[in-house]
Amino acid sequence: MPRRSRLHIPQHHSRPGEEPDFSYLETSPAGAVARPDVNARVRDIGNLSVDLVRVLDDNHVAVGQWNPHLEVQDLQIGLRHMLLTRIFDERMQRAQRQGKTSFYMRCLGEEAVSVAQGMALRPKDMLFPAYRNQGLYVVRGRPLVDLMCQLLSNTRDMCKGRQLPVMYHWAEGRIFSISGNLTTQFPQAVGWAMAAAIKGEDDIAVSWIGEGSSAEADFHHAMLFASVYMAPVILNIVNNQWAISTFQGFAGGEQRSFAARGPGYGMAGIRVDGNDFLAVHAVTQWAAERARTGAGPTLIEHVTYRGAAHSTSDDPARYRPKDDYEKWPLGDPVSRLKNHLIALGEWSEVRHQALARELEVHVTESWKEAVQYGTLTDGPRLNRDLMFQDVFKEMPEQLRKQREQLRTEQGV
Amino acid sequence: MPQMNMIQALNSAMDIMLARDPNVVMLGEDIGYFGGVFRVTDGLQRKYGEHRVLDTPIAEGAIVGAAIGMGVNGLRPVAEVQFADYIYPACDQIFSELARLRYRSAGDFWAPVTIRTPCGGGIRGGQTHSQSPEGIFTHVCGIKVVMPSTPYDAKGLLIASIEDDDPVVFFEPKRLYNGPFDGDANKPAVPWSTHPKGEVPEGYYTVPIGKAEIVRKGSAVTMVAYGTMIYVCEAAAKALGIDAEIIDVRSMVPLDTDTICTSVRKTGRCLIAHEATRFSGFGAELSATIQEECFWDLEAPIGRVAGWDTPYPHAFEWEYFPGPLRVAAALKAVMEAA
Repeated sequence: MPRRSRLHIPQHHSRPGEEPDFSYLETSPAGAVARPDVNARVRDIGNLSVDLVRVLDDNHVAVGQWNPHLEVQDLQIGLRHMLLTRIFDERMQRAQRQGKTSFYMRCLGEEAVSVAQGMALRPKDMLFPAYRNQGLYVVRGRPLVDLMCQLLSNTRDMCKGRQLPVMYHWAEGRIFSISGNLTTQFPQAVGWAMAAAIKGEDDIAVSWIGEGSSAEADFHHAMLFASVYMAPVILNIVNNQWAISTFQGFAGGEQRSFAARGPGYGMAGIRVDGNDFLAVHAVTQWAAERARTGAGPTLIEHVTYRGAAHSTSDDPARYRPKDDYEKWPLGDPVSRLKNHLIALGEWSEVRHQALARELEVHVTESWKEAVQYGTLTDGPRLNRDLMFQDVFKEMPEQLRKQREQLRTEQGV
Repeated sequence: MPQMNMIQALNSAMDIMLARDPNVVMLGEDIGYFGGVFRVTDGLQRKYGEHRVLDTPIAEGAIVGAAIGMGVNGLRPVAEVQFADYIYPACDQIFSELARLRYRSAGDFWAPVTIRTPCGGGIRGGQTHSQSPEGIFTHVCGIKVVMPSTPYDAKGLLIASIEDDDPVVFFEPKRLYNGPFDGDANKPAVPWSTHPKGEVPEGYYTVPIGKAEIVRKGSAVTMVAYGTMIYVCEAAAKALGIDAEIIDVRSMVPLDTDTICTSVRKTGRCLIAHEATRFSGFGAELSATIQEECFWDLEAPIGRVAGWDTPYPHAFEWEYFPGPLRVAAALKAVMEAA
């Protein structure tokens, strides 16, 4: 038979009702990947973009050159941040189900990405997150009440009612406004980093997208600019395997790792176990130091799993097995760090339960406070005049007139 | 006749076209196995296979660019952009390429691409899931722009769009997917099964592109609208007890100036309504055209009611949306003017 051209359609590994199949996932043993010098040439470290950097082994021990040797106290703080993020997510999911807010997105299974990276960076580094990076806010200490008020679009909403829930921002905390349009933040982060270099400051920019979003042209634009100008930026692809209903094969993950696009553009690429708190912390430190010492940008692919639905508007039971997250070969980031601390003799199930209870109380207390400032359905409500502000710095006449028209329409 | 909601009617149109024409293909994010985030393509991949209904990467520019290439190579692609708010990365391919390909190649190359995209507010979608950008597309020469307001029209117009050899941007007012909506969010939802236009023939038919429809005959004023605003106009006119003639534009490009202007010449008054922001919105084109054609028959200035000139704010959905109150106030003003 003569060979013919053909159209390849990426095939999902398992569908609803089938046994989860993760045989496609290529991993490396913990500790197996060497840690090169932060100023290594891109051409000499191509393996980092194909192998998988892992620190925690199956016995919960930190092994290999990438072990960041964090203080026990920092590990405990990391665990606390991840657990708080998870409990916050669960509570906000329930609030959406109760009609208190219109929409929510959990980051179940991806907590280590934001928390470990947030902790590995400096407070003045500028963050350009996607919509599943709530852990960054936890690390940088934004009170949960403030996040909840945004989710409720209430009188203390930082976005003044203009944004969908979870589209936070925090200028003081150096966390950029979330767009809702995908990947737009990637070239913006590169531009911010270029500005830092132009101004001679050593703050770096860090941005996140999902692997699905790496299909957008903005990803490629960002990669090119970052590489051409050797911008001090860390670009993260959180490969949680799913873009709503389509798995990572549809974003180009079938033939080659996402991290390999780094060397493709002439920059360092690292593929890391995204559920391994220590590994994520270590590669972020490496990339940050590389950026700060003039050796240029790094693309980090975090291999992780979207444990929850895409959003409260999504039903993953339609397109993937129900128990897939339990079968994910890289485990759960909270459990893995917890078990590591237990193995070190610095944690216990009892302490873990106590911490969970403490954080649940904290979330509940925060929620009680937040709803006092209003919910989507119950007052107090934001002043409707706010709708017309901030379109421009100065409100043009046309908007003043429309504001007056609305006041008349509403009888006020 | 079978009852269909707008989702089922659109699905039926695509099902029929996939069956009738082996060159028809669909592509878009989540449209295949999953059947689309609004279920509009549900079951089509299962029925016609993965080479006819393609899941794509999240890359609107590439979806439209690839659709153009497929169209040039003899296929008849129907591309879905998941939300109209996400169409902008594709705009270079739409504005500079799809719209002008026939012109710049003196008719030697063309691509019969249909781009389906859900638009409009009223679903608590905030600034990135509520926009009505149709006016932007009407300003580009070389693409047809349509928006149905009923399941019957949705199916007939979509079939006509797919069969059209010119590119069509097909806006689906998503608040109307499951039922007509008059702008009052406090009322219980009404299903399409209660509406005469929820009756949709099972088989093939078309609704011609470029024809407006008079959805209510009247003599006191002409209300010109499309999409969700049809029902808001009906509610406002009813509330005021005004005998309005209500015209569903359906097709913005090409525009059925005759139907609209014949009505305005008869009534002498006109109110234009759309969800999109007012400034440079499609209402401005309608108003200018009507003024040029009907000036000597007008008894009052043409009125325009629209979304405010701000991004679509999440918390102020119903203060932003041009609901029955705002339309009624504008209608009153048009009726009371000299």
